[in-house]
Formats: sequence, structure tokens, C-alpha cells
Amino acid sequence: MFHHSHSVSETEAIAAELARTLVGGECIALDGDLGAGKTQFVRGLVRGLGGQPRTVSSPTFVLLNIYDTGRLPVYHLDAYRTHGPDDFEAIGFAELLEQGGVVALEWPRRVAEVLPDKVIHVRFEILSRQCREIQIARP
Amino acid sequence: MVNHAMPLILGIESTCDETAAAVVVDGYRVLSNVIASQIDLHAKYQGVVPEIASRAHIENILPVIREAIHNANTSLDQLDAIAVAHRPGLIGSLLIGVTAAKTLAFALNKPLIAVDHVHAHLYSVVLETNIVPPMPAVGLVVSGGHTALYHLQDLTTVRLVGSTLDDAVGEAYDKVASILGLGYPGGPVIDRLAATGDPKAVPFPRSMLGRQSLDFSFSGLKTAVLYHVRGYQGRQRPVTSLSPQKIADVAASFQAASIDVLSRKLHRALSQTNAKSVIIGGGVSANRGLRLATAQFPVPVFFPLPAYCTDNAAMSAGLAHLAFLRRDFASLDLDAITYSRFRLT
Repeated sequence: MFHHSHSVSETEAIAAELARTLVGGECIALDGDLGAGKTQFVRGLVRGLGGQPRTVSSPTFVLLNIYDTGRLPVYHLDAYRTHGPDDFEAIGFAELLEQGGVVALEWPRRVAEVLPDKVIHVRFEILSRQCREIQIARP
Repeated sequence: MVNHAMPLILGIESTCDETAAAVVVDGYRVLSNVIASQIDLHAKYQGVVPEIASRAHIENILPVIREAIHNANTSLDQLDAIAVAHRPGLIGSLLIGVTAAKTLAFALNKPLIAVDHVHAHLYSVVLETNIVPPMPAVGLVVSGGHTALYHLQDLTTVRLVGSTLDDAVGEAYDKVASILGLGYPGGPVIDRLAATGDPKAVPFPRSMLGRQSLDFSFSGLKTAVLYHVRGYQGRQRPVTSLSPQKIADVAASFQAASIDVLSRKLHRALSQTNAKSVIIGGGVSANRGLRLATAQFPVPVFFPLPAYCTDNAAMSAGLAHLAFLRRDFASLDLDAITYSRFRLT
């Protein structure tokens, strides 16, 4: 499924729509360049699940943020600073997948080897300053 | 041998990528301040690598504590308390400092004091100077992991009044340095380059988030730098197409935009409170551009001495002095906690 977003709020709305279909246990891989809207997308997921979008911030430095929402907890991870699967496993990625919440992972290509079989791939393409293409591929 | 009628406190810090220990007497006299910098290890990987950070903490923690005790010309049995920054940070890293502190406190039968790392950054201006800024004060903690504004009624009574909605300012510096091919960490190199560039060369956006907001957003600024350097199609133009002068101009313009936002938010916080001073701590408080921009503030602005801007254990040992005086001790089942005790309500 392809979407086009022309603003931060449109990106959030696309994510909120995806959130409504989540039942728990999903892993969402957010793949796109710096500034493509990956963290904004997670803000939309949290909003769509009934949580506080205000609590969402970049996990680049802290590696893992956890958001409680009305429905499902969201585990927001970032592999930007890790240099491989071993490092990444050290923050407990495998355990997080088993929690029955939603795992949202930025920079998944850096840890492609440890991704589960069933992943919702969200790919961001910067088409222009005002437009991103967001492709959502379900397993 | 140190003569200490005043409390002698060992501080331990391992919240992120620095293992550090320090001995502070009377809350401000720093007898030793040891930091096992892991910057070389991390430069290879452009940032904080959790597994490497925890492993390095394990290897460093005991030598660092020994060195801190030795440099202070004291001994473990002379200590009055053991302080540790137990929040916020990376869980694997925090646990090593917390475990070391609890073990020492138990083995030596000394009180254990738990400190919040960002609170300690605000306290760091007192170290060595023994100057307590006029209160109430507005506090700003700026680093790779934190960008937040506080209201301080006194050095103990602190309230969070605003924080970043996305990236921390230090993280923006790191990512912009990466976009410009300048390596890690980004803060010092951009600060240095900015001095040779034109801050007005590129009008990067200043995200103010509405008229009253004390929150920050640096994600849009980072994206604007990316567009400017690589063109609007993301990856089309390599950074190598920019001349050294153009790179310096981008660095100067980025720094001007980030510092402008920080100082305007500080002005806003001052106008919304009756604060009599400003306290700025954290790694980005070493930034020369920030220090210049705040030189003309209507109230005095307090920065830590350079040694206490980035993560260190002296600030934790210093802050623990206040808890020691209140006899506010932690129990030996103290937990490591990933988030700060200051949250927006």
C-alpha cells in the first residue's frame, strides 16, 4: 500500500490508520533516511492506539522508549548507533518481541539478521521537500 | 590524609558512555574527578553502542573508583557516603554503577545516596566555585540525550517545565556532523567550524512551537540541513561536492539556529517566571556559541567549569551532599531507572 504525505500531520494520520489494525505482537520496521519521518510515524501509532503523542521522542540516544497507550504498549527502538545484531540483542530485542505489544524499529537495515519473519515494513522515500512516499507492506 | 570534618562523598557515574568516579568534600571541593573516556571506542561506531558501553563500564568501574580514592589522597573507610547516578540512562550501563555503589555501601556499612543524573548536571555549576545561583532559577540541561528546561525553587526543589519533542540538541549536532562528514562527536567540531563560517549563509528554520511553549523540536532543523547539503531528493548530492568554506557556513548557520532557539526559549522561560538567574549544564553547555549568546541576558547565567560540562561523577557526589545533610539515604535494593524523576505533569 502506497501513501503520500505532505506534512507531519499527514504522516501521523497514516500511522494512526495502521495502528487501528494492530492486535499486539507486531514488529514494524521503519526504513528511511534521516528526516524522513520515522519518529513522526511512531507518534501517529501512539496516537492511533489511544496514547499520549507528547511522550514520543527520538530513541537514538537512549535506544529504547516505551509508551503506554490505551490499547497496546509500544516499544520504540533505534538501531542507528548499534553496529550489529549482537549489540542490538543486548538491549533485549528478542524479549520485547514476545511482550504482546507493538515493536517499532528505526534503522532496521543495520540489524536485518535479527528481524523476525513477520515484519510490517514501512519504507519512507523523500520525493521532495514537501512530499514523502510511505509504503506499508504487511507480511 | 584529608582532614574532613565536612562530609566526604564518593560519586559514581555510568548512566551512558562514561565510567566515572569522584570524591567531593562539603558539596563543592572536588578532591578527585576520574573519567574513563570511551570516546575512541565509540568514534568507530558513530555513537553509543550499548553492548560495548556495558562491557567497558565493567572493565573500567573498579580501576576508576580506585583511582578516584587514590587521587583524593583518602581511603574507602574515610568516606561518609557513596553516591550513584541511578537514573536516567541506558539500563545495562546504569546497572554497573548502581551495583558497584550498593556493594561498596554494604561492604563498608556507609549510607547510599541515589542521584538523578540531570539534576546533577544542574548542580554542576556549584562545583569548585561554591557559588549557589540566586533562586528561583531557570535551568537548562543540554546534551546528546537531554534537552530540557527546569524551574528551580532551590537546588533540591526542581520542576520540569519543557523538553524536546523529538531530538535532543546534542543528537542534532551529532547527526548534522554525520551529514557533513565530520565524524563523532559532533558538538566540538561544529562549534569550532562555526567560528570560521558565516552564520547567516543559510536561513535554517527556528522551531518555536507556538507562543508560550517551553518545549523544543530539533528534528526539522536536522532535516533542513540534510536538504541543504544533499538536495531535496534525499541522497542525490554527496557532501564531497561542498567546499570546506561551504561546510563551515552550513555548520555556522546550523549552530546559529540551534543556539537561537535555546536562548529564545530561555528568555521565554525567564519572562514566564520570576527567576533571578539561569543555570546551564550538560555537554552542550561547553559550546562557545551558547556561552556568547547568553552573555547579554538580563539575569546572571551560570555555567559549570569546563571539566564538569560533560558526564562526570563529581556533580553526583556534590548533589549528594544536599541529600546527606537531610539524611535522605537510599536502601540497598535501589533500582536503576531509565527515565528521569522529573516528568511533565
